[in-house]
Amino acid sequence: MDMLTTKGKTPSAEEMELIRKFLDDTTLFLGPDPEIMQNHDLMPRSAQEDAAIAKVSDSHVVAKIRDRIQAGCDEGYEMVEQMGAAPGAKWGDVITGVYSASGDLAIASAGGVLIFSALVHHPIKFIIKNWLNDPTVGVKEGDGFIHNDSRYGNVHNTDQSMILPIFHEGELICWVASTVHEGENGAIEPGGMPSMAESPSDEGLKMSPFKVVENYQIKRDLLTFLQNSVREPKLQYEDMKVKLFACLRIKQRLEETLKSDGPDALVSTLRLTMENVRAEVKRRVSQWPDMTVRTYIIQDSTLRENCVVKINCKLTKTGDRLIFDFRGSSPEFTNRATNTIVAGLKGMLAQVFLCYVWPDLPRGQAAFAPIEVITDPHSIVNCSYDAPNSQSLMSIFTGFTAGQHAVAKFLYSCPEKFTKVHAPTFNMINTFIWGGVSQHGETLGNLCADLNGMGAGATANRDGEHALAPIFATMADIGEQELNEEEVPFLQLVSKKMTRDAIAPGKYRGGQGYTMMVATKDSEQWGFMTTAQGAKIPPLQGLFGGYACGTYPLSKVQGVDVYDVLMDEPEKFRHSIEEIMNEQPFEGARYTTHHMGMGFEISKRGDLFMISQGAGAGYGDLLERDPEGVVRDIEEGLISPDVAARLYKVVFDHTTLAIDFDATEAARAAERKARIARSTPYADFVKKWNRTTPPEHIQYFGCWGDDVGTLYMGAPDITRRGDEPRPNYMLNPKDVRIAELEARLVAAGAALDERQ
Amino acid sequence: MKVPMTEYLRIDLDSGKWECRVCDHVIAPADGNYKEGLLVHDRDPREIHPPIIDPERYRYTFSPDPEWVRILEFCCPGCGTQVETEYAIPGHPPLWDMQVDLPALKAQWAARGADQMPDAGPAVVPGRSHAH
Ligand SMILES: [Zn+2]
Repeated sequence: MDMLTTKGKTPSAEEMELIRKFLDDTTLFLGPDPEIMQNHDLMPRSAQEDAAIAKVSDSHVVAKIRDRIQAGCDEGYEMVEQMGAAPGAKWGDVITGVYSASGDLAIASAGGVLIFSALVHHPIKFIIKNWLNDPTVGVKEGDGFIHNDSRYGNVHNTDQSMILPIFHEGELICWVASTVHEGENGAIEPGGMPSMAESPSDEGLKMSPFKVVENYQIKRDLLTFLQNSVREPKLQYEDMKVKLFACLRIKQRLEETLKSDGPDALVSTLRLTMENVRAEVKRRVSQWPDMTVRTYIIQDSTLRENCVVKINCKLTKTGDRLIFDFRGSSPEFTNRATNTIVAGLKGMLAQVFLCYVWPDLPRGQAAFAPIEVITDPHSIVNCSYDAPNSQSLMSIFTGFTAGQHAVAKFLYSCPEKFTKVHAPTFNMINTFIWGGVSQHGETLGNLCADLNGMGAGATANRDGEHALAPIFATMADIGEQELNEEEVPFLQLVSKKMTRDAIAPGKYRGGQGYTMMVATKDSEQWGFMTTAQGAKIPPLQGLFGGYACGTYPLSKVQGVDVYDVLMDEPEKFRHSIEEIMNEQPFEGARYTTHHMGMGFEISKRGDLFMISQGAGAGYGDLLERDPEGVVRDIEEGLISPDVAARLYKVVFDHTTLAIDFDATEAARAAERKARIARSTPYADFVKKWNRTTPPEHIQYFGCWGDDVGTLYMGAPDITRRGDEPRPNYMLNPKDVRIAELEARLVAAGAALDERQ
Repeated sequence: MKVPMTEYLRIDLDSGKWECRVCDHVIAPADGNYKEGLLVHDRDPREIHPPIIDPERYRYTFSPDPEWVRILEFCCPGCGTQVETEYAIPGHPPLWDMQVDLPALKAQWAARGADQMPDAGPAVVPGRSHAH
């Protein structure tokens, strides 16, 4: 090779062009394009945009048109929410947006899941780069493109987008798109988010962006192929139509603007909106103190087994630059589904800002465009093409929390704030995913809306709100479980009842989560799965002396038909996990607990599956909590009197709940003294506490301490360099269990003398 | 000029020190790790997040596993206020969580002026909630 390059002459420009054309013409597969997928900044101004801005740039005109487009997006959003068949659509896990001709998201609907649309610029840019000038595809008026493969720009393959180009007098002016969390996608488990996926081939439908609509009509042959690939063919059809019609409504609104103000005004509005937001973000960041903040969030499972998976975050602000450095986070898992593409992480970090820090800014791609993100290649936050990522939520949500926790430490001292300083909100989708054959004979696969009931973090001046909203959609809804129950063969026997003592204490406590108990009733072919972390280690950090939430397991009661109990001996039923598991009121039943990564499991009629939504983190020293707030929490069933008295050092009459304020003050003063007495000066503490490598008894993934360049891969002696990818395979948990049991057999004297 | 940096910590730009906002204790140099001037307690997480279901019978109880995670509680040696918590893997070195560029902070506030000081929540004094 060296011989050739030293002896060969440099090719001329003409030859280079020939080589480039040859390579382009002979590309065997148009996979995800790293140039598109690694870039989240705005595209450069095009000649079309320059010309439009030269003609129209009056800020009042721009604001007027922006509001009209915003209203059009909101109208499209409402249509999808009202007409969509996917359960996710009904409670707002949808979004619509308008994208510039170059593909940047300029304006998204006010409601819905921002991260969806924040990622759709990738598939649009893929279409522009590859299909626009391809004679076998092309982009024409009346076309529509569909997409779901996360590796081309999506959170996970359960979300599907419909993308329409908008033309004016033959010229491509912009794009509109609508995205829905559809659920089913034909993966190895129902519901679209398989945690059992060990490779992308287990993750179901993988639509690279392709044309599925011509002359505004869905092509029936392609539709049938898609329906044939998923468990809910009717849903697939219905929601493709709904998304198409939502896009067409937004198109209609855009055409009204084209008619009244002309194409230059529209193009200029889209571009200037993005440029102005980007500039404003730079200005706001420059107001923060120059500082580096470090934090980490722990994932305690891969959803298949418990282990420690680190999300490492260093956030540095210098001048008007803000840099998220996630190096040191866990290596990617070669055969576990919790990896994310880096665009997913960025989309979720964009949510930190647009939903929690600067919600006043127009929602689009620009707000995160100037913010920088660094990751290790083939890491859990920047996974490769070959790694499964159907449970990417685990890594984008813990990445979000790391960002939210770090940002709060910058905001406290800023004179100009746009929201209250905020402790991390709960970040796991503690809900039931379900599937099977319904009481109406329909094959279904989807989930309960309770994932949207995450407890909010406390803020600098008030408690967190209970079961408020999911971190990915602050304007979403929890839906009506009773309506859902008309379609599915199970009931939520207990729902929306706060889980007592599952707390995040602080001067202001976190908002709590509620208990869900489900039992199948009218189908012999119906099951559940749960996909959350945080049954051994909380997935949050507290803020400024406040505590994180606790941990949340799955409890099962099997070998009983609770519907028979409710019919024959209703007095035996209990309405809390605490009572059912501790009192074990159903004779002969089996009571067990599990981590929250339950693979799809067929249930029997009347088996109870019980989980709880989680609490947001607490803020500040719990000894500063208003004693009346503590008693209110007792009255509301959020905390038991003994736990409240022990933690908050509030002295009160346990019968009347009357507070003795003087005794409380004395108890708190004594506790402050006791803290000083039991604590150790930092220098002495770290001498005893610090270890140079991760503990042997835990499978640990990620960097340890300050050495972010070395990533541990499950044991103190197995590592890789951060910048040097290595495979990272996990054993099948069943094989691990079999090996354990065989070892016990051998230890007990049983010979395992089968031929090897 | 003193800049409140967290609920309980401020930086005195003139002396270049982290200080406790509750008791005025001088904690550490402001260009260093404030934790080095605090006291630390290794808290069993089960004490804060109590088991809701019986730990004798069940593997998972709503309590964090104390062999997998600990809560590092950092308090002010002057007044005992809990300034920070850190949920840590056993043996993981505590983080230098706020590494301030002190010259930049001084320059920023010199340009901005003390009247821009944030309304950073109520004044911090122990027992202020005792209004009865
Ligand atoms: Zn103090």
